[in-house]
Amino acid sequence: MPNTPVASAVTLSDVVLTRRVNRSQQIEVLDSVTLSAAEGSTVAIVGPSGCGKSTLLEVACGMLKPTSGTVTAQPAAMMAQRDLLLPWATALDNAALALRAAGLSRDDARDQAADWFPKLGIAGFENVRPAQLSGGMRQRVAFARTLLAGRPVIALDEPFAALDALSRIEARAWLSDALAAGGRTALLVTHDVEEAVLLADRIIVLSPRPAKVVESLSVEIAKPRRRSDPQVVAMRQSILELLGAGQ
Amino acid sequence: MIRAVLVAAVLLGAWELYCRLSGIDPLVLPAPHQVVAALWNDRSLLASDLLSTAGEVAAGLVAALLFALLAAISIHLSRTMRRSLYPVLVASQTLPIPVVASLLVVWLGYDLGPKVAIIALVAFFPVVVATLGALAKTDPELPRLVRALGAGRARTFWLVEAPAAIPGAFDGLRIAVVLSVIGAVFAEQAGSESGLGHTIQQALPQLLMSRAYAAVIVLSALALALFGLIGLIERLLVPWARVQGSQL
Repeated sequence: MPNTPVASAVTLSDVVLTRRVNRSQQIEVLDSVTLSAAEGSTVAIVGPSGCGKSTLLEVACGMLKPTSGTVTAQPAAMMAQRDLLLPWATALDNAALALRAAGLSRDDARDQAADWFPKLGIAGFENVRPAQLSGGMRQRVAFARTLLAGRPVIALDEPFAALDALSRIEARAWLSDALAAGGRTALLVTHDVEEAVLLADRIIVLSPRPAKVVESLSVEIAKPRRRSDPQVVAMRQSILELLGAGQ
Repeated sequence: MIRAVLVAAVLLGAWELYCRLSGIDPLVLPAPHQVVAALWNDRSLLASDLLSTAGEVAAGLVAALLFALLAAISIHLSRTMRRSLYPVLVASQTLPIPVVASLLVVWLGYDLGPKVAIIALVAFFPVVVATLGALAKTDPELPRLVRALGAGRARTFWLVEAPAAIPGAFDGLRIAVVLSVIGAVFAEQAGSESGLGHTIQQALPQLLMSRAYAAVIVLSALALALFGLIGLIERLLVPWARVQGSQL
């Protein structure tokens, strides 16, 4: 990896993780993974399903201790495929939950959370409960909650996997805007190679389990990127070939 | 609702028919029309009885609810409490209520105290069990999320687990309402000067069977009204939960 002037927000070196399945058996999930995410950049992690992408994210967030190897990372907030919105709370209170959890009063938390609604295109839905929101909107509220946690790193674990194709295209657009504006470091785990090419500054391609870094690619395409851009199409194709799904 | 009325009408019709055809002595089993007559003739007595029983039930339910929530929260949060308090609460449900009621009257006298205690004793338990069940069934990802966002144990409880358990507490309360009315009757029969249970007890030796049945009907109406009231409060308080299926 070339030396960059920007400091690294997340660094994993030679991370190995084995999990005990039962008394006599253990499986190797991560096999000597080394990667780093520059401060303010978006790093996408792609790989075949079941390869340990999510586990890698949990290790990077400090939620799991590696068996060996070192992890140096700034504090992270995680957003998962399930939006985990509280069904009884309004969209505003759900976004504000991150601040309430940190000890802010209800009013202060609401004030701060309200700022994000216009930025994420959900102004006017502050007082709506999750059950009345579409899947795409729910993910925006969950994303606002993740940002409001105020951590320098956000870890996104297949955040749009449960959305339909159209909502997902929309979601990529607001996520890309929010990441460009936010100055946060983002780790994005996805099985959608196109999503990775559209959003990331760097793409880490993992092997099947036990996960190893097959390739670490810098994406030098100007943002905002379009799906039909030949550079995007070419890069997507070459990554799919790395994953053995080029046809 | 209309179907319930129909079922009640069919049952009453069968009862009336049985009384007429069998020629059974009204001192043994009064016919529905005699009970209705008693409802009307004894209306002022029954109304004042209803008022005092309803007051006891309301006070007993409030006491039961407060105690049950406190117990459920401490059992949920503390393993020690689960091991020490929960078995005692379960054991309390094996007490023979009529006997305990008499003992409490000897100890606490004829006023409201022993009645509230008996009603609370029979009514708190379903609330504890249902609330604990709902707390245990909270989506485990939610407290995990809130903890990851920096909340401690207590704050996690108030932000996530307590609101998630409210529908469960209401489920318990619905059972508690019905039991509380039975508890009120036992408490009044152990010693009191008014109330529907008291009137039932007084009517039997005087062979006023129609009055006893009329009092039972007023008692059922009280339970039904309270059951409906709980459903109404739940709909206002927990509009996010689908409470269909638990309504009358």
